[in-house]
Amino acid sequence: MDKLATYALRLGDDSLILGQRLSEWCGHAPALEVDLSLANVALDQIGQATHFLNLAGDLEGEGRDGDALAFRRDVMDFTNCLLVEQPNGDFAQTIARQFLFSHYQVLLFEKLAAARDTRFAAIAAKAAKEVAYHATLASDWVVRLGDGTDASKARMIAGLDWMWRFTDELFAMDDVDAAAIKAGAGVDRASLRAAWNARIDSVLAEATLVRPASRRATTGGRIGHHTEHLGHLLCDMQFLQRAYPGATW
Amino acid sequence: MSAVSATSDVDRIRTILARVPDPEIPAVSVVDLGIVREIASDTVIITPTYTGCPATIAIEQSIRAALDANGFADVTIETTLSPPWSTDWISDKGREDLRAYGIAPPPKGANAASLKNQAAAECPRCGSSNTEELSRFGSTPCKALWRCNACAEPFDRFKCH
Repeated sequence: MDKLATYALRLGDDSLILGQRLSEWCGHAPALEVDLSLANVALDQIGQATHFLNLAGDLEGEGRDGDALAFRRDVMDFTNCLLVEQPNGDFAQTIARQFLFSHYQVLLFEKLAAARDTRFAAIAAKAAKEVAYHATLASDWVVRLGDGTDASKARMIAGLDWMWRFTDELFAMDDVDAAAIKAGAGVDRASLRAAWNARIDSVLAEATLVRPASRRATTGGRIGHHTEHLGHLLCDMQFLQRAYPGATW
Repeated sequence: MSAVSATSDVDRIRTILARVPDPEIPAVSVVDLGIVREIASDTVIITPTYTGCPATIAIEQSIRAALDANGFADVTIETTLSPPWSTDWISDKGREDLRAYGIAPPPKGANAASLKNQAAAECPRCGSSNTEELSRFGSTPCKALWRCNACAEPFDRFKCH
């Protein structure tokens, strides 16, 4: 797979894995409205993943479509960032992950929507409208939990603390990003950091919270070095295609 | 094919598609929802509402079936993402159909509106503006859950998008 295809794969894997994670809440969320919200966010993410992974397959030119890429790769071939594969934990931990990632996705897709490569730009322009809702939802809950009871605040702090070490990876650039930028499909993700910090800080202030203490970043997802959690997620997600390869209905 | 008959084909296709209901909201046609973007004598261009909308496949199948049943089997269906679908594309008839079906239509100029502090929806049942949002995400990606404080009925509101 060449670098541009890998770039599309990374975008698709981020959305796919987060969508799958969020789907685990379906039927288990603390309230009906939350259940609906998380399922809808999951659906948006999986929809975005379908478009990016189909594009990755087209660019690769080996006849693989989005389904083949989602269901017939093993864990070391996944290129999602580590943040999205982190376990749901309690509701606050899920919200922490969504909050940190959705604000990144908003900034990323707004930039990518202006890319010269219209294939990437079209998906991003559409997805940008969807992730704006996700960022609002997550921010509302960060404020509600952070500025809530002692118990909800403690959980929100613990959730942010768990997820924080995986945020540096969102803004890390490598040769795949450089190739994508050269091809008119990339975004200088490092340059999104300042705007992201401002968005995060503003919501945290409203939530009477502060950024977790800085710590050594944990990275590796983009090159297939994942945390232990992704394999377990794939066991669930890929069960049918592993048990019955090529099954259709 | 002459220009005249090409035009009349386009009109006929438009009439046919104006009778194809959205699978999730059958009171509104795929044309009035703004899903059908362009009609030519040999092509129909459609666009999905949300990237993950499960109705997208059903919509294409319904349009295919309607074209086939009316002698337009050779007309192809193409899907485009750009420009992205907007609730501003829902026609005035579509908005009225939504209201009559019990779904508050989205305000126009939705793209300019902020997600927070949206104007109150008008209750499709009693017309009151004394309403509140219960959940920004509802039974389908395109709807939010609201409640009327005047008649106490919950209702769906088509999300600004």
